[in-house]
Amino acid sequence: MTDLIRRTAAQLADALAAGETTSVEITQAHLDRISAVDGSIHAFLHVDAEGALEQAAASDARRAAGRPASGLDGVPIAVKDILATEGLPTTCGSKMLEGWVPPYDATVVARLKAAGLPILGKTNMDEFAMGSSTEHSAYGPTHNPWDLDRIPGGSGGGSAAAVAAFEAPLALGTDTGGSIRQPGAVTGTVGVKPTYGSISRYGLVALANSLDQVGPVTRTVLDSALLHELIGGHDPRDSTSITQPVPDLTDAARLGATGDLTGVRIGVVKELGGDAQGNEGWQDGVRQRFQESVDLMVGAGATVVEVSCPMFVHALAAYYLILPAEASSNLAKFDAMRYGLRVLPEGIVDPSAEDVMRASRDAGFGDEVKRRIILGTYALSSGYYDAYYGQAQKVRTLISRDFDAAFQQADVLLSPTAPTTAFKLGEKLDDPMAMYLNDLATIPANLSGVPGISVPGGLAEEDGLPVGIQILAPTMADDRVYRVGAALETLLTDRWGGPLLDRAPVLNGASS
Amino acid sequence: MSDTLVAWDDVLASYDPALGLEVHVELNTHTKMFCGCPTEFGAEPNTQVCPVCLGLPGAMPVVNRKAVESAIRIGLALNCEIAAWCRFARKNYFYPDMPKNFQTSQYDEPIAFEGYMDVMVEGEIHRVAIERAHMEEDTGKSLHVGGATGRIHGADYSLVDYNRAGIPLIEIVTKPIMGSREKAPLIAKAYVAQLRELIVALGVSDARMDQGSIRADVNLSLAPAGTGSLGTRTETKNVNSLRSVERAVRYEMQRHAAVLNSGQPIFQETRHWHEDTGVTTSGREKSDADDYRYFPEPDLVPVAPDRAWVEELSGTLPENPREKLERLQADWGFSDLEMRDTVGAGALGLVEETIAAGAAPQAARKWWLSEMARRANDSGVDIAELGVSPAQVAAVQSLVDAGTINDKLARQVFDGLLAGEGTPEEIVAARGLAVVSDDGALGAAVDNAIAANPDVADKIRDGKLAAAGALIGVVMKEMRGQADAGRVRELIVEKLT
Repeated sequence: MTDLIRRTAAQLADALAAGETTSVEITQAHLDRISAVDGSIHAFLHVDAEGALEQAAASDARRAAGRPASGLDGVPIAVKDILATEGLPTTCGSKMLEGWVPPYDATVVARLKAAGLPILGKTNMDEFAMGSSTEHSAYGPTHNPWDLDRIPGGSGGGSAAAVAAFEAPLALGTDTGGSIRQPGAVTGTVGVKPTYGSISRYGLVALANSLDQVGPVTRTVLDSALLHELIGGHDPRDSTSITQPVPDLTDAARLGATGDLTGVRIGVVKELGGDAQGNEGWQDGVRQRFQESVDLMVGAGATVVEVSCPMFVHALAAYYLILPAEASSNLAKFDAMRYGLRVLPEGIVDPSAEDVMRASRDAGFGDEVKRRIILGTYALSSGYYDAYYGQAQKVRTLISRDFDAAFQQADVLLSPTAPTTAFKLGEKLDDPMAMYLNDLATIPANLSGVPGISVPGGLAEEDGLPVGIQILAPTMADDRVYRVGAALETLLTDRWGGPLLDRAPVLNGASS
Repeated sequence: MSDTLVAWDDVLASYDPALGLEVHVELNTHTKMFCGCPTEFGAEPNTQVCPVCLGLPGAMPVVNRKAVESAIRIGLALNCEIAAWCRFARKNYFYPDMPKNFQTSQYDEPIAFEGYMDVMVEGEIHRVAIERAHMEEDTGKSLHVGGATGRIHGADYSLVDYNRAGIPLIEIVTKPIMGSREKAPLIAKAYVAQLRELIVALGVSDARMDQGSIRADVNLSLAPAGTGSLGTRTETKNVNSLRSVERAVRYEMQRHAAVLNSGQPIFQETRHWHEDTGVTTSGREKSDADDYRYFPEPDLVPVAPDRAWVEELSGTLPENPREKLERLQADWGFSDLEMRDTVGAGALGLVEETIAAGAAPQAARKWWLSEMARRANDSGVDIAELGVSPAQVAAVQSLVDAGTINDKLARQVFDGLLAGEGTPEEIVAARGLAVVSDDGALGAAVDNAIAANPDVADKIRDGKLAAAGALIGVVMKEMRGQADAGRVRELIVEKLT
């Protein structure tokens, strides 16, 4: 069974199609793996063994009848706990929603079900997706499979760790400022933030509506493309969803997998780990691996230009106004009146609705959530709106212009995904600014809506931990990130003689 | 605790009122503003809800195109400009009947703006400037159980019905109406009445003030007479009948004047109107510091109505109200005074519908402006909400025209209609109201009357036909009113000449 869990989704799909295995076998193998290792990883908040096996059996029946629902029918998947799943708890990593079971499926979840993918369970995350380490989960942190004392990234550390630890071949994440790509980088996995609006957000519990995007978390670029095609496309329930069809992503990934980059123009962003000022926080080992990738791509026929995106230096500031503003409003609905946690205030006889709201929100939200609610409420307050929220929206426009200019010079932009490798659990917990800086390279894409991918770029020399390489493309050119991402993946795995995750420490199930 | 009021004439001697009206119109779309839930009134609580209108985590709104269409038509009918591009915004505040704790509304980018409506008061036209008409969603409805007042304070517990949450609303806001002086209460009432008629003509709402499908908030302030300045305003909420609009304006003017005369400032606050006692009481304090933290709704794309569509919709508007008045007056042959009274009673639409249902114009006017107006006044409701429909009035009049009943009996038929006893025909049958057309029974009654009043009979025999009235009265009394007075006269004259 170890063999089954180490296969990619594409390989599992082939095996299913060839009749070499069954979805029940595959699903059971992953459930066994979860039982064995998740005690030490804690990637999952909820495992639905029974439901997953039922769906797997139904998948096998469809296949036996010659009617598989999709190319990935029968391949199991893990889902970030911020996506609504009918009948399965959805907590967003918060005490506020402990025990809440949505009466409906997110559109992407409904599409997974329609395509026949058994859902293994819900993955851990920073509370309401606020964080870069999964340490802000109210249910305890997730551990990085490469080093259990280190963070798996965040907010989607659970999805990335589940895939990196072979607990699931596929997972769904959400990316608001890097929550798919940064965990991908620090766990040696692939994570994609699609073009804003190209995948339905209906049923995604909003952190910051204008920044959030659902995307794939996998071990290979091709697997991400397969999953992306399955969940992508217009949804009438999401007014911001794009009506244009999803480009052919698997073709792009297969084309890229030849490793040929002839004629592709790569732009290296000076402000993101290049040589511009303010890049002191970038780890040497990260920059070395990045340079190595650039060199490999040039060797494969690409041309390189250095591009400057001067407004990117303001991205973090704009992001930390827009996100808290939208979040403060989104999180207002958690008031203990209809669902979720309800706490009666102590020492108040006949408490009013407001008293109960206050006590419940005080008890239900963690410190990071409260911090951002306060920031956002302040930023939207009358008299401050123009100076903060309004100004941040202008910065956003300028960042998009930087992207437009850069994409005149280059087909894709390249940078390290994160400035450092995985840091130690607890290391930055008391220093929000240090934590926020981790998303420096990923945030501009969310502010402008362009697609991006993080592919494993090797291990940093000083600590032997994974480094991610980020590839960004223009809006709706998601196929480009797949083509170039797959090419880089091929070039690097050829060099390493196999996937990066083959070099990860072998987890034993001792602590489970 | 009752407010001190200043006598009406004294208010006008010292102060000028500034009036502002905010009217919420609940649209009659089949589905809600941002989801597919049905909007029917009166369903079991919390049966017309879904993840979107319950604001469940993850749910997202989608704009109802029909609601946008209605908003544009209302805007056009109010002579507004229609925005080429506008957005929804979130109005953030906490309240248990608001599922998301923000209301999806429009803020600085309304769909319609800068319009006007010409309002007729006592035969004169007053132009009311419209600042904006914008789209928003309704909240749920709280029911406070226990406690004396039915208000949240003192209640044992509260229930919330979210069926109403997400029903599309159009809020129509006037600019301050200045210079209205003693006519302020009438202008307020006439504006709401005419707006209601416009809404009915547009067919975009049930327009039932009693069911809350039209709700008026009255803003009022006073400034020292002749200064042209604006004083501090109060906002009186949910004034839910035309009659109350007039009364609330009058009351607030008298109350403001008393407060100002005593040297106290007016607090900017929300007031509650009490239909039963005819007073307002202080609600929550509302100041300009109230901060709703508006920002554009990020889950919706801007509404950018196609110009061709707006053009097409402008072709679907009802007749211009002033031209319509002139046309109706000509069609009906009403005098200026009759027309003015009809409009003033808020009965124009009712009379029009009654005529459309087959009644003669004067008969229609007579029923609405006398009988119905009296009954509405007695029960303290608006004439439109009395519970008698134009079709019923026309049906009753057709029974009168056919000689089945007379006007006096018709009043009893209206009693029956209000008591829910069935159709006019059923009521006539059940109550035995039909006039006696059997000449045998009538003839006997006439003979009795002649025999009992020989001196009157002699006068008629001598050609003094006017004296017949006395005999008719006797006959009608004996027939307990169930006779056609015209036929009785004929029989008397036949027998005596």
